[in-house]
Amino acid sequence: MMGWRPPLVLVASWLGLLALLALTVTLAYLPFGSLNSTVAIVIAAIKAAIIAAFFMELWDRGPRLLIFAGAGLFWLGLLLWLGLMDFITRAPA
Amino acid sequence: MPEGRGFAPQYASVQHRDEAAEIGIWVFLATELLLFGGLLFAYFVYRHANPAAFAAASRHTDIVIGTANTAILLTSSFLVACAVDALQAGARRICIMLLIGAMLLGLLFLSLKATEYAGEYHEHLVPGINFSFAPPLADGAELFFTIYFVATSIHAIHMMIGIAVLAALAIMLRRTASTRLCAALRTAALYWHFVDAIWIVLFALIYLPGRSGA
Repeated sequence: MMGWRPPLVLVASWLGLLALLALTVTLAYLPFGSLNSTVAIVIAAIKAAIIAAFFMELWDRGPRLLIFAGAGLFWLGLLLWLGLMDFITRAPA
Repeated sequence: MPEGRGFAPQYASVQHRDEAAEIGIWVFLATELLLFGGLLFAYFVYRHANPAAFAAASRHTDIVIGTANTAILLTSSFLVACAVDALQAGARRICIMLLIGAMLLGLLFLSLKATEYAGEYHEHLVPGINFSFAPPLADGAELFFTIYFVATSIHAIHMMIGIAVLAALAIMLRRTASTRLCAALRTAALYWHFVDAIWIVLFALIYLPGRSGA
C-alpha cells in the first residue's frame, strides 16, 4: 500500500499545465495586438485538452465514450459558430 | 477489491454498471458545457460590440488572485486524478489523504474568490449594487462585470458541490473500498476535472484580455 507512486503521465500533465499557465500570463502582457486574445484562447484550449486526455483519461477510451464526450463540444461548436457568424463576418457599418 | 453491494438488476455485470456510470456523467457534462456555453456566447457577443470596454474592465480584475486560483485548481485536479489511481491500486488511505488535499485546495480557491469579490465591491465594480467606471466605457464595462459575476458565481457553486461530493466519498472510503465506491470516485473526479477545465477558459476570457495595454 505504501508502494503507491503518482503515475508519471499525471505528474507530467500537471507540470505541463502549470508551465502553460505561466506562458499564457506572460504572453498576455506582450503587445501582439488582436493576436493576444487568440493566443490566450488557443492556450486555454490546449490546457483543457490535456485535462480531458489525461486527467479525465479520454486518451485510452473507446470510440463510444469519445462520441458521448465529443457531443457536448459539437453542440457548443454549433452554438458559437452559428450564433457568432453574423458578428464576426459583418463589415462595419 | 470487494464488490460491496454489488450491482442493480438492470446491469449484467459490475463492468456494465461502471460503463453506464461513466457514460452517464459524460452526458451530464455535455449539458453542463451548454450551460457555460450560453455564458460564453453572451460574452463573445458583448465583447465584439464593446472591445475597448472589455479590455479596460478586464484590467480591473485581480490577475494575481486569478493566476493563483488557476494554479490551485490545476493542482487540485492533479490530486483527484492521483486519488483515483491510488484507490485502483488499493492504496485507500493515500486516496483519502489526496482527496482531503484536493478539498482543502478547493476551499482555498473559494476563499480567494471571496476576497476578490470583496475587493471588487470596494472598487465599485459590482453591477446593480455599486458600480462606477470611467464614463466613455462604463456601459461596456458593466456588461463585462455582469457576465463576470454570473459566470464565476455559477462556477463557484459547482466548486462547492464538487467539494461536498469529494467529502462524502472520503467519508465512505474510511472503512473499506469497493468497486462501487471506486466507480463513484471516478464519476466525481470527471466532474471535478470538468469544473477545472471550465475555469481555465473563464480565466483566459476574464483575466487576460487587455493586459498588454492595448
